[in-house]
This record gives sequence, C-alpha cells and structure tokens, in this order.
Amino acid sequence: MQEINITSGRMNPGVDPLLHAWGWEIPLYLFLGGVVAGILFFSAVYYLRGKANDYKAAVKIAPLFVPPLLALGLLALFLDLSHKLYFWRLYTTIRWESPMSWGAWTLLLIFPLSTAWAATFVKELYPQWDWKYEILNKLDDWLKKYRTQMAWALIFLAVILGMYTGILLSAFNARPFWNTSILGPLFLTSGLSTGTAVVLLISKNHEERKRFSKLDMALIGIELFLIIHLFMGFLASTEVHIHAAHMFLGGPYTAVFWSFVVGLGLLLPLFAEVLELKGYKIPVQIPAILVLVGGLILRFIIVDAGQSSRWLYKFIEQMYY
Amino acid sequence: MSRYAMAIDTKRCVGCTDCVVACQTENDVPVGYCRDWIVEATSGVYPELQLEIRSERCNHCSDAPCVRCCPTSASHYAEGGIVMVDHDDCIGCKACIASCPYDARYVHPEGYVDKCTFCIHRVKEGENPACVSVCPTHAMIFGDLDDKNSEISKVLQTRKHKTLIPEAGTKPNVFYLL
Amino acid sequence: MTKRFKRRQFIKILGAGTGGAVLGTTALKAFQPGEKTDNFHLLGKATDAATPTYCEICFWKCAGWVHKKDGKPWKITGNPDDPNSNGRFCPRGTGGIGAYTDPDRLKTPLIRVEKNGKQVFREATWEEAFDYIADKMKMIKKKWGPECVALFTHGSGGSYFKTLLKAYGSNNIAAPSYAQCRGPREEAYLLTYGEGVGSPERTDIRNSKCIVLIGSHIGENMHNGQVQEFSEAVANGATVITVDPRFSTAASKSKYWLPIKPATDLALLLAWINVIIEEELYDKEYVKKYTYGFDELKKAVKHNTPEWAYPITTIKPHIIRETAREMARHAPATIVHPGRHVTWYGDDTQRVRAGAILNALLGSWGRRGGFYAQAKAHVKKYPVPKFPKPKKNWKDAFPNQFPLANLALSSGICDATIPTAERDCSFKGWIVYGTNLMLTLPQPQQTLEAIQNLELLVAIDIMPAEITGYADVVLPECTYLERYDDLRISPGRFPTVALRAPAFEPKYNTKPAWWMAKELANRLGLEKYFPWKNIEEYLDYRLKSIGSSLKEMKEIGVKKLENEEDLYYLDGEEYEFNTPTGKIELYSTALAEYGFDPIPRYTAHEEPPDGYYRLLYGRAPMHSFSRTTNNPLLTDVKSENEVWINPKVAREWGIKQGDYVVLENQDGVRSNRIRAKVTQRIRHDAIYMVHGFGRSDKRLRRSYLRGADDTHLITRVKLDPVMGGTGMRVNFVTFRKEGEA
Ligand SMILES: Nc1nc2c(c(=O)[nH]1)N[C@H]1C(S)=C(S)[C@@H](COP(=O)(O)OP(=O)(O)OC[C@H]3O[C@@H](n4cnc5c(=O)[nH]c(N)nc54)[C@H](O)[C@@H]3O)O[C@H]1N2
Ligand SMILES: Nc1nc2c(c(=O)[nH]1)N[C@H]1C(S)=C(S)[C@@H](COP(=O)(O)OP(=O)(O)OC[C@H]3O[C@@H](n4cnc5c(=O)[nH]c(N)nc54)[C@H](O)[C@@H]3O)O[C@H]1N2
Ligand code: SF4
Ligand code: SF4
Ligand code: SF4
Ligand code: SF4
Ligand code: SF4
Ligand SMILES: [Mo]
Repeated sequence: MQEINITSGRMNPGVDPLLHAWGWEIPLYLFLGGVVAGILFFSAVYYLRGKANDYKAAVKIAPLFVPPLLALGLLALFLDLSHKLYFWRLYTTIRWESPMSWGAWTLLLIFPLSTAWAATFVKELYPQWDWKYEILNKLDDWLKKYRTQMAWALIFLAVILGMYTGILLSAFNARPFWNTSILGPLFLTSGLSTGTAVVLLISKNHEERKRFSKLDMALIGIELFLIIHLFMGFLASTEVHIHAAHMFLGGPYTAVFWSFVVGLGLLLPLFAEVLELKGYKIPVQIPAILVLVGGLILRFIIVDAGQSSRWLYKFIEQMYY
Repeated sequence: MSRYAMAIDTKRCVGCTDCVVACQTENDVPVGYCRDWIVEATSGVYPELQLEIRSERCNHCSDAPCVRCCPTSASHYAEGGIVMVDHDDCIGCKACIASCPYDARYVHPEGYVDKCTFCIHRVKEGENPACVSVCPTHAMIFGDLDDKNSEISKVLQTRKHKTLIPEAGTKPNVFYLL
Repeated sequence: MTKRFKRRQFIKILGAGTGGAVLGTTALKAFQPGEKTDNFHLLGKATDAATPTYCEICFWKCAGWVHKKDGKPWKITGNPDDPNSNGRFCPRGTGGIGAYTDPDRLKTPLIRVEKNGKQVFREATWEEAFDYIADKMKMIKKKWGPECVALFTHGSGGSYFKTLLKAYGSNNIAAPSYAQCRGPREEAYLLTYGEGVGSPERTDIRNSKCIVLIGSHIGENMHNGQVQEFSEAVANGATVITVDPRFSTAASKSKYWLPIKPATDLALLLAWINVIIEEELYDKEYVKKYTYGFDELKKAVKHNTPEWAYPITTIKPHIIRETAREMARHAPATIVHPGRHVTWYGDDTQRVRAGAILNALLGSWGRRGGFYAQAKAHVKKYPVPKFPKPKKNWKDAFPNQFPLANLALSSGICDATIPTAERDCSFKGWIVYGTNLMLTLPQPQQTLEAIQNLELLVAIDIMPAEITGYADVVLPECTYLERYDDLRISPGRFPTVALRAPAFEPKYNTKPAWWMAKELANRLGLEKYFPWKNIEEYLDYRLKSIGSSLKEMKEIGVKKLENEEDLYYLDGEEYEFNTPTGKIELYSTALAEYGFDPIPRYTAHEEPPDGYYRLLYGRAPMHSFSRTTNNPLLTDVKSENEVWINPKVAREWGIKQGDYVVLENQDGVRSNRIRAKVTQRIRHDAIYMVHGFGRSDKRLRRSYLRGADDTHLITRVKLDPVMGGTGMRVNFVTFRKEGEA
C-alpha cells in the first residue's frame, strides 16, 4: 500500500497531474506526416515501376495533396509551439540526438522536393495548365528529367518521415508507453496504410483500387501483428511498461483503443476489403475512410496515453493531491 | 571543474513546502507553477506506517534526456553540470517535457519552458540556492561533488542515499538521504 | 441612536455603493494568474536595501528582511541574528509577500448602511469612520459605562487599541490565544511551577535526548524555531515519542507512535507517572529537593497502571512501560512537551498538569534538554498618564466560575454579550483587531447571537474576513509589510528586541493600527494617552532605553542583549518557586483550595455514537488559521483542506480518494463540501481536517467555499472549570453526500 501525496503548485492542469504537454496539434501533425509519407512512398515506387499511367491516382494525383497536407501538418506543429516567435531557432542547429530536430530538417527537405514532384505531374493531369512564368515552365521541364532521382530520394525521405513520426515518440525514455522500438514501424505501416486509403478514395481505376485494397489489407495485417507485439513486449518488460500496457488492457484507454483503433480502424476495413475482393458490393470509400479515421485516432490515443504513462508516481490512481 | 549536486535529508524534511514558496519568490515563478514540489509517500497499514517526505525538483541529470532531445540546444549544460534552458533559444516544442522522467519542467506563461536552475545566479555569487538557504530543518545540502571536502561529498560518503528512478539512466545529481 | 442595524446581516460583497464596481474590476485584473513576470534574471541581484521586519503571519514573530527588486516587492528572508528564525523563515513567513499582494485585501473604510431594505457596506473616508465609532463609543459610555466595550485582539497592532480601551475605561481585553489556545497550559504550569511556559516556549528541544509529544504536531505546527530545534534533535538521534490519533509528520519521525484513542491522554499520562513512580525511575534528589506532594501523588496514581490504561487508551501496557523507561533513561534531557493549543476536552488544565508533573518527576524543568529559564529584554514604556479604574469587568458576568482564569476569556466576553435577566449590563460594543472571531471562537451560532446584541462592532482587519461581514465599521489596516509596529520583545535563551519597519507604502486607502488608535483617541478626548507625535518618536524613545535607536535598528533589525541569568538553574541549587508552597506542586494547593482535583484524575469522556466520528483538527505547515487561506502564494501550495478518513471507514461509507463529502455533526449542522483524503494515517474513530478553510465571504476569491470550516461544526464545547478554556474536540460528525437531504 502506497499513498502518494504531492503538495505544490504543480498540481494544476498546466503542470500536472497528467502533464499533457501535447494536445491535438502533435497527433494531427504525426498523422498528416504519416499520410504524406504513404502517398509519396507509393507514388515514387509505382513511378519507378513504370506504373505512372496505370496507377494514375497513386502516382500523379495523390501527390498533389501533399503540399497542402504538409502545410497543414507544419501549421499544427507551429500552433503547438508555445514560444512561437522563436520557431526559426529550429533551423539554426542540427541536433542528431533530437528526433524533433532531424524531423524538422527532413520536413524542410521533403517539402520542396514533394512540391516539385507534384508539380511535374500538373501538366500531365491538366494539359491546358500554364505555369505563367517562363522560368517556371523551364524549371518544370528540367525537373521532369530528374524524376527517377527524385523518386529515389522521395522513397528514402518518405520512409524516414514515416518512421520519424513514431521514433519521435519512442525516443522518450521517460514515457514507458512510447518507449518501444515498435512504434517506428507501427507508425510507418499505419502511415503507408493511410496513404493507400487516400489513393483508394481518389482512384477511379478498378485495377488500381484492387491493387491498393490488397496493399492495404497487407498493411493492416502487419499493423495488427505489430500491435500484438507491442503489448507482448510491454508485458514482458519492466513494471512501468506492464503498467503502461495495462492502460489498454483494462485501464482507461481500453475501450477507445480496441473499439476505435483496432475495431473500426483496422478489423472493420479489413473485413470490408475482404468482402469486396470476394465480390460483395461495398463502396470503397468506407474502408478507406475508416482507415484514415483509425489512423488519426491511433495517433491521438498513443500521444495521449504516452503522456499518461510515467516512471514517477506511476500509480497515479492511488495518488492523492 | 565542478559538479553541482544537492542532497536532501528525508529524515529531517517535514514537508513544509518552504522550499517551494522560497523558490517562487526568489525566481518569480508565476502563481500556478512551480520548480520544486513535495512528495509524501506513505507505506504500510495502520498502525505500522512509514512516511518518506521528499522535496523534488529537476535532478540536473548528468545524462539528461531533456538536453539530448532539445532541437535547438536551448536546453544545455551550464557550468558545474547545471542543466539550463536558454529562454531565447527555446521554441516551446515541449519535447524536453515529454523526455523528462521526473516531470520537472513546465511551460512558462510567456511561452518558453522553465524549470529549476539550481539557482545558478546565487551559486555564481557563492550563495546557496534559495530553497536550500530557507529550509527551516536544514534538510538540504548543496555543493560540489568534485570537491571531496565539500559537505555534500562527505555526507554522501557516510549516509545511505538514493536517487529517483536510477533505472531511467539519467544519472541524477539530486540525492535523497535515507 | 438608531436601532436600525440591530440585526446584522452578513455582508458578503461590497454594496452597490460608490466605487464597489470599480474596485471589483481592478482587483480582478490583478487576480489573473500568470501575470507578466521577469523570470530570467540570472545576473540580476537585489540592489535595493532590505527593510527589517518581524513576521505577522503567526505569533512566533520571526524577525527578517524584506527585499525589493527594481523597487518592486520581491522576497522575505530570515534575519540570522534572530533566535526565533535563525535566518530561516517558515513557508508562511516566506509567503508573507502574498499578504501584501493579495488583490482581495480591504481597501478603504466601510460603514454598514441600509439600501432598499438590504444592508450593504458603503465606502467611507477615515473621518467618517472615526466619527461614527467615536459617537457610538461616547453613547455607550454615557448609557452603560465604558466597561461595556470589549476589545478582542490577536496581533501586533492590537497594543495601541489596548491603550485606547484602557484609556476609555475598560479592561475587557481578550485574545483567543488564551481560552481557545494555550490558557490551560499557562495555568497548569503556573499552578505547578509558579511560572508559565511562555511564547516562544522555553522548551530546550535542541538539547533534548527524548521528546514526548502529546498531540503537538511539530512540523505541521510550523512554529519556526521549534521545528528547527526538533529536526536538529531528530538528526542528533533523540528518541521521539508521539502520542496522536493521527500519524502526524512528527509521528513519522518518531521511534514510538502511540495512536491513542482521542480524549484519553490523561489516562496515558497517569499510567506513565505510575510506572515512573512504581519502578522508581524518577529523579529522587530533584523530587525531594524541589517538589511538594510526592506521597499524595504516589497514592493517587497507585491504581493507574498500564493495564488500567490499556482499555481506555488502546495503548498496550508493554508500550506504556517501554516508553516510560525510555523517558527516564534520558532524563533530565527528556521533555514532555507542554503543547500549545491545548483546549481539547474541558479537562485540559488537568491533562497538561499531568504532563507538568511528569516533567517534574523526570527533573527536566530548569535543566538542559528540558525547560530553560527565559530571558526577556526590559524596554522602557513610553510614559502615559494613569488609566482610569474600571468599575467592573468580564468576570462579574461569571460569579464563582473559572476562579483561576488569569486573563480575559474571549469566549466569556462573547457569552456575556448575550443579555440575561441577572446581568446588569451586557457588552454593547466590540472592537475586534486582527482576529476572525467567526472562525476563531467555537460555537459560531453563539458568536452570531452575541453580535446581534451589539450597539457597535468595529473590525480592524487586512482582509474581508468573516467577522468584517458583521461589522458596523470596517477599518482596513495596511499589512505588516507596510507599517511600523511596536517592538517585538520576545523571551528566549537571551533577550532580543526586533523592529518592524515599513518596506512599502500602504496600498490602497489602508492605514496602520497605531495611527487609527491615535486618531480615535483624539476624537474621544483621550489624546493624552498618545502623547507621541508619531510612531518613529515612540519607537526611538523605547529603543534609547536599551542603548539603541530607531536608526540602528533599521540597520540591524534585531538587537541581542546580554543574558543575566543562567539558562539551567535547577542543578542542585536552592530555588524558591512562585507557588503557595514555594515548591513544584505535584499536589496543587491552589486547586485544592478551589475544590478542584489537586492531583489530576481521569474521567471518561463521551464517545462518538455509531456512525459518528470525533472531529479533530490541526494545522497545515503552509497556512495560519484563516489568515493565509486567501494568500496567493500559499493557496498555490494548498488551496483547500481535506478530511482525513481511515480506509476502513471510507469503505463502509463508499467514499473514494478525492471524493467530495459533506460532514454533519451531532446537532445536524453541515459543513461545506470537502475532499476525502483516504489514508492509513488516522484512526478509525476520528476524522481530521486543517483549520482555517471553508471561507464564506465571497470577496475572498481564492478561498471562498474551498474546503470546510471546522469551527462551523464545533457547535458545542466543554468548558474547563478551572480557567474557562473551551474544549473543542467534543464534536462528532458523520458523512453526507452533497445535496443529500
Ligand atoms: N475551530 C478552531 N478554532 C480555533 C483553532 C482551531 O484550530 N480550530 N485554533 C485556536 C487557536 S490555537 C488560536 S491561536 C486562534 C487564532 O485565532 P485568530 O488569530 O483569530 O486566527 P485567524 O483566523 O488567523 O484570524 C486572524 C485575522 O486577523 C487578520 N489579520 C491578519 N494580519 C493582520 C494585520 O496585520 N492587522 C489586522 N488588523 N488584521 C490582520 C486576518 O485577516 C484574520 O481575519 O484560533 C483558535 N480557534
Ligand atoms: N503552520 C501552522 N503552524 C502553527 C499555527 C498555524 O496556524 N499554522 N498556529 C500556531 C498556534 S497559535 C498554535 S496554538 C499551535 C497549535 O499546534 P499544536 O499545539 O501542535 O496543536 P494541537 O492541537 O495539539 O495539535 C493537533 C494535533 O493533535 C492531534 N490530536 C487530536 N486529538 C487528540 C487527542 O485527543 N490526543 C492527542 N494526543 N492528540 C490529538 C491531531 O491529530 C493533530 O495532530 O500551532 C502553531 N503553529
Ligand atoms: S523547506 Fe526543507 S523541510 Fe520544508 S519541505 Fe522543503 S526540504 Fe522539507
Ligand atoms: S530532471 Fe528532467 S529536466 Fe532535469 S536534467 Fe533530468 S531530465 Fe532534464
Ligand atoms: S521546449 Fe524549448 S527547451 Fe524544450 S526541447 Fe523544445 S526548444 Fe528545447
Ligand atoms: S535550486 Fe533554486 S530554482 Fe531550483 S528549486 Fe531550489 S530555489 Fe528553485
Ligand atoms: S513561524 Fe513562520 S509564520 Fe510564524 S512568525 Fe515565524 S516565519 Fe512567520
Ligand atoms: Mo494558538
């Protein structure tokens, strides 16, 4: 029996008890980062595999969403900063030990590159399009010559971005629930899955939809596998990790996580996709939207739960303040 | 070189929060926030009880995750290993808050992240930190671990002590005498 | 004279009177948390000189320094030359700046008026307020005599109002620190040793090897020097024996915690005396040389064996024996702490006397590690004419009662304000300086009734405390940081004198007590009793008599004087005690004379009925009664009190950690909602809360309805027949849900 009693000004919503430094902005940013990584990854991969015309939605259309999505993500990140006017300090150093730092730099690289990538497809999609300025048109032509190189760079950066959204969290030793190497692959997989969902939503090509449905099913399968491993890993680990896992296995996050993330976000779309492949008429938008919503909720829950899991005063239910 | 550290005697401390209030006035910590706090941990069942009272604050870890994860170097080691936040370098990303296993940091209403400074401004003048100098029970000792003759070095050689969550691997420099 | 305000309504908020709204908004602005602060001043140092003060947050009166930074209030630190603080303040004193910055402070004089059938306060000028008071006081004097005005005071500035009242012709001057606090202790020690314990206490805790605490919750009771000495003794390995139904902070530092059944301490003390006598563990030489009545004592406690005490106290016999032996082993460096707030069960003088007797048996009075001889500075009074002699005083209201009360009973004056057929005159006027009677006096229903019978109620306060809500005139004092007060001349190991000088200009339209009393005296034609031009002249005069000056004191803050007496004086030397027999009276001849038990005798107290729990209360280290519960710095560390409940009890009632509950006492009176602290640290037959919370005045924006007020539930008391103390731990409460009928 332990009673913990904390006395001080920290027992207030600004500081404690849950010390939730991050609200909606960071999970949204992580989600958008994942979607962008997914879109760019498939766009680049299928471009390299010569499927630019077969999988038009994936290779050419989806990337058009990337710059606005990225901008939205960066906006969320910016909104989260509490000392906003100093944000430029991010770009006065590179700190390899800080995922926040290399994430910021990755974004700095990926933003222009993905914009350029998307831009090279604009004229193909909208033949009457004109870049207005000669220099831009010239640039467009010039860029098109380097699509292959760009694609390789994008695959590389997309994987980093996708992993980064997870590693950002897993680097925090202090939060037992984040402190697992599975978070990187899990977020990458989830990001790729949400990327396929975007393609499914915009694609009008049956072949492409079937391809991405299958891809999505595989990714969902991997995700489920990773989630199971996540909890098995926790349960085999230290007391605080077990405690962290219990937040999802009977604790406060159990209902939302298993019903919304696993049920609605993974199993249901999986089921729907299986049925569709078997020939049942199911609007493809349904699993796609479910996957997107599931991915978003996953970020929210993991960011939130991680902040609730802690080393010190870990038995927060028994705490008196 | 010096390595500043604090030893807090749980036997002497009565949990009065004077250290908290003194820090607040000394450092103009705004109302509603704090750089140090008191934990009372009761164990046992009536009438066999034990109470450990600790005055807690940033541990000025020698292997500080908050310094590691800071994207701008705002969180850094200052003289004597004191972990400091440079307010003008801090963007308020709160990565350091998430990284600190001791929940020692908070976002100051002005936007930057703040925490215990070991009262570096006083230490530089050869004074004790405010909380140490006010403690009515003399429960706190501040000093240089690299000086083998300092009071703190001596007390850590003779008294049983612990740090908080050593398994987090942060190498804290705040010690609790048991 | 008007009868209109005969029935006083409690005014919680400022009336629609002038400026009320304006004050409201400016104050609100200041209330916003997280005002712009200059947080990063690594290189900044206080350049402004510090001002000496002594703390007014409690009556330990630590001396210290008030610091400013860039001309703005910054911090308060202890004065290293001061034996009360030794350079370190307690949290309340450190947070004293909050008393100054509190935006909810009283800001200007207020007068009760009627508006549209409702009573409200109107903001007034000082002239109007003084005229109002002087008129009423003259009227009361003429009609009933000046003795019908009483002064309640608990604070430094009160001394000027004392002078005013004595000059006016009344000596009915009471402080709650007597009948609600340490009265029984002072009388018990006076009866036993011919001297009181004093404040700060003459306990030599620093040098004690064994400290016995009967309820004294040192560490929560944050009397500074005492806490410092206690922790020093603990660090030096002293054995601490704590008797408390609650696992107090002190209990957690103790070798022995005796979780006694509340209200049975006297039985334990008698059993200890029994063991010490039966096992011949007492200091034979000391007892023979200095005490009177040992044989009678021995006979009287013969049957008070540990086995006898066990079922009463629930403390096991072997523990009683073991602890008694432990005390004897360390004697005379053993101290059975006399306690401070001792008005618990009505037999308090007797209980404390049992402790005093125990100390005598252990030979600790006048010995190192026990009680030392106090030294006090002799500072000349500013000469004033002789005061008129009152024709009667409060005691006349209680013929043949409380024969050994040496000071006025605040509760007694309150009772004597309610008219009865026998009394020829009840009190008609109250001047209340720095004491929040509504929370301070038990039986608030009675206080309220008394107030309804007054012709005049003046409250001098710094905050809109509950008592001010019932006043006809409220005089806003500036805080101790903004004023001079009389010198602090407290007793100690050596004599000291400390100065309080203003560090800041008085905020708002507030004034110091000395100025108010002097101005009132002028209006009452009593100016000859305030012959000094201003306070500086007054203080300088007094300081010159000890070879100092105001100028010097402003630089040093505290002046140490030489001690002419020995600290420890009973090491075999002859000594005549100031008792009827000239000895330490184990058998009290004075008590015998008045028909009380000359040797303490245990009688059982009423126990809580089924489903009820005894209401215990005490202190939290960061608050002083109700005077700090709105302090911005201190509410930051504790903003409400909670009710301590044993987990077993909580389970029975389905109460969970942190739940809000309502308490209802034996008379059906309910508390405000209060959070449950479910804890192993308390017995199952009692509950506990910190006094001073559950404030009912809306103007106290931080503390309004935060937690519960113990006083509200103390609707009955047990009077100490010896000296009139109000035993307040005789109330029982049960649990109700919020809103439950
Ligand atoms: N129920 C219950 N009753 C108790 C106690 C208890 O524990 N429980 N404790 C008892 C004991 S031990 C004591 S000593 C008494 C204490 O009784 P009080 O001294 O009456 O206690 P406070 O509630 O602090 O009230 C002090 C009042 O003085 C005001 N004040 C503070 N500073 C100044 C100042 O500088 N000038 C002026 N003019 N006013 C000022 C405050 O605003 C407050 O209204 O209470 C006793 N009554
Ligand atoms: N922080 C702080 N310190 C203060 C004050 C303050 O307001 N705040 N006020 C000062 C003043 S004026 C005074 S008088 C003192 C009061 O301080 P003390 O003299 O220490 O007061 P008590 O009422 O003896 O202490 C309350 C303790 O008695 C225990 N108790 C309750 N009932 C019983 C019982 O039947 N038997 C026994 N053995 N114990 C019991 C309670 O559990 C609690 O631990 O504190 C002083 N110090
Ligand atoms: S000031 Fe000292 S005794 Fe009080 S809580 Fe802090 S460390 Fe403990
Ligand atoms: S306690 Fe926290 S904030 Fe302080 S140095 Fe260690 S990790 Fe950083
Ligand atoms: S909040 Fe400031 S100090 Fe903390 S990691 Fe971000 S930039 Fe560094
Ligand atoms: S060392 Fe200074 S900054 Fe740190 S807790 Fe103590 S008073 Fe506050
Ligand atoms: S003990 Fe604390 S509150 Fe009382 S006078 Fe000293 S510093 Fe002030
Ligand atoms: Mo008291």
